[in-house]
Amino acid sequence: MRRSMLFLPGNNPNLLINGNCLGADAVIFDLEDAVSPTEKDAARILVRNTMRYLDFRGCETIVRINSIDTAYWQEDLDTILPCKPNLILLPKTCSAADVLAADEYMTQLEEKLGMEQNTVGLMPLIETALGVENSFRIASASKRVKALFLGAEDLTADLQCKRTKEGREIEYARTRLVVAARAAGVDVYDTPFTDVNDDEGIRVDANLAKALGFTGKASISPRHVEVINEVFSPTEKEVDYAYEVMEAIALAKAQGKGAIALHGKMIDAPIVARAQRTIDMAVALGMGREEA
Amino acid sequence: MSKLVKSIREAIELAGLKDGMTVSFHHHLRNGDFVLNMVMEQVAALGIKDINVNASSLFDAHTPLQTHIENHVVTGISADYISSGLGRAISRGIMENPVQFRTHGGRPSDICQGKTPIDVAFIAAPTSDPMGNCSGKYGKSACGSLGYAYADAMYAKKVVVITDNLVEYPLQDWSISENYVDYVVQVDAIGDPKGIVSGTTRITRDPVGLVMAKHAAKVIEASGLLKDGFSFQTGAGGASLAAAKFLKDIMLEKNIQGSFGLGGITGYMVDMLRAGCFRRLMDVQCFDLTAVESLREDPRHQEISAMHYASPTSRSAVVDSLDVVILGATQIDTDFNVNVHTDSYGYIMGGSGGHSDTAAGAKLSMIIAPMFRARLPIVTDRVTCISTPGEDIDVLVTQGGIAVNPRRQELAYCLKDAGLPVIDIHELKEKTEAITGKPQPVRCGDRVVAQVISRYGDVLDNIYNIPEGTK
Repeated sequence: MRRSMLFLPGNNPNLLINGNCLGADAVIFDLEDAVSPTEKDAARILVRNTMRYLDFRGCETIVRINSIDTAYWQEDLDTILPCKPNLILLPKTCSAADVLAADEYMTQLEEKLGMEQNTVGLMPLIETALGVENSFRIASASKRVKALFLGAEDLTADLQCKRTKEGREIEYARTRLVVAARAAGVDVYDTPFTDVNDDEGIRVDANLAKALGFTGKASISPRHVEVINEVFSPTEKEVDYAYEVMEAIALAKAQGKGAIALHGKMIDAPIVARAQRTIDMAVALGMGREEA
Repeated sequence: MSKLVKSIREAIELAGLKDGMTVSFHHHLRNGDFVLNMVMEQVAALGIKDINVNASSLFDAHTPLQTHIENHVVTGISADYISSGLGRAISRGIMENPVQFRTHGGRPSDICQGKTPIDVAFIAAPTSDPMGNCSGKYGKSACGSLGYAYADAMYAKKVVVITDNLVEYPLQDWSISENYVDYVVQVDAIGDPKGIVSGTTRITRDPVGLVMAKHAAKVIEASGLLKDGFSFQTGAGGASLAAAKFLKDIMLEKNIQGSFGLGGITGYMVDMLRAGCFRRLMDVQCFDLTAVESLREDPRHQEISAMHYASPTSRSAVVDSLDVVILGATQIDTDFNVNVHTDSYGYIMGGSGGHSDTAAGAKLSMIIAPMFRARLPIVTDRVTCISTPGEDIDVLVTQGGIAVNPRRQELAYCLKDAGLPVIDIHELKEKTEAITGKPQPVRCGDRVVAQVISRYGDVLDNIYNIPEGTK
């Protein structure tokens, strides 16, 4: 379960050391934008040691390496991959070829380290117009790809438009990415909301992302994590309904019926699938029923 | 009849201060206080020696005391809190006799019971009339409550009021009445307003502090104590204030009205009063200008004496009716004993204040502290100094989990049921040491430089000297 993903600058020991206490389902150790070229090596070592020595049980680890058009990305992977992060976030992914280049290098490293292939997943960061247009091909380029991630700041620069709180300029990219990711059978994560002091704004933005079909949302501020988790968690009402659906469908099966009505609406396969996802999440969050 | 005298020196002489006697001071002017230094300068100038200073707290502004100690003008100190300026010198061993640390409740209790008699009390008063009716609510040096001065005024053999705002008799709305006052001295300034109260108290923006604060508010909610009539005290630190903010949100959302907020009062507690979270504020000390103004203007905001606040020998004190207190710690050990007296090198840098009084009285006493500060873990096998005994501490809230005193198993169950990250304190210690390593014990000498006297009068712990050559 990955509702919230919190960016932590790879060169900030105080935040790194507390990264697993800030409530996020996943932390993204950033070796890219947050770190100046002169500090790349220090941040790499700091992140490696953080992952090596700190207990991140209950909190996934993701590392944003530098993009494959820089001189840093391979050394980033050399240093980070042995620590077995859950995912590598690959910035500025524009095409399936970018994914395959990273995938190939990661496969070589995993072989060298005696790790099982695809131990570490890949999450392409889509933040260019070309990347958006190629998003399905990117998502389905390799089994290593587990999710897509929308990066709106760089994208709007590439689109030559202004980034706004309302986000109308990224409407197309958002829906395109959700469709591409779901078509490829992978998760999809929304861009961070960058006004750290706007407590209402983050809620509106997260609600929108959820409504569009995103799996979760990234954050650059620990203050946003709780709202994101709340928005992307099922409500008690949703959980109750999901259990009702499962009970109704069990009854239908027992009665030899293919379909059954609940509260006047027919229950069909997509509704059952959604109910099951809700229950799975509720169980993961400790909201599930004991018999589930 | 006139109580007005021309100078502090004259008041000292008239009060009959002699070698070996005890003088007392309150600390409502905090680090802006001029009065203690002005008085002690005159005591020294008069050639008086061997004085015992009984102050409710001593701040860095009072470091001139060090010279008086070296010159044997001062040979005894009793205080509830000593900040690091003077504390460091005491830890180095400048005093022949150990300092006596009491609590904010224990101090007035011992004064009232005659265990620590005061010969002359010098009471800094932001406003007074010529007969000594005085208040902290008015004047350029306004500090709000004079709660810690009441016992001194009522039980000292002689009482001198020192003011920089002399008003016509009778002062309305006095805190300490003329009944107790022998002499009144007018001076240019009793303190520096900048050091007396802070402008605004700010809630932390530190993400780790906010995580702890959220946990703290949820612990209170899960404890079952948060219902109509709820009472609460918190400190002025960033995370404690943030906890109050989250608590306020819960109280407003659930439409809960508490009975009272207690303590050192900050603007944030005033906000909670104004928002309807409490019916009353009980104020022994004001921390900021908002609190001072509220005490002056709002009849729901009530000044109380230190005896009323926390004395263990009063027939009752407000701490006995307290539901929840949020406290800090420099160290806490696996038996939940808390140190707020010494720093990581063992130097004196604080004191109990109302820590152990409120911990003893409150139904739920909670420590908020990060797992580590700079390089050092907060949880240790044994604290350098026991300020508050572990039996009075119920829960430790850190960013890495919430440790519940095994004496409070039922609380641990409540917190777990509420989905809070409860962790055994030993496990929390190991988890922290995995990051910081295990610190070497503080290297103390073998000379007792201070005794920590519990609120009930017994010696809780000794603080030892830090030898020269130690950092």
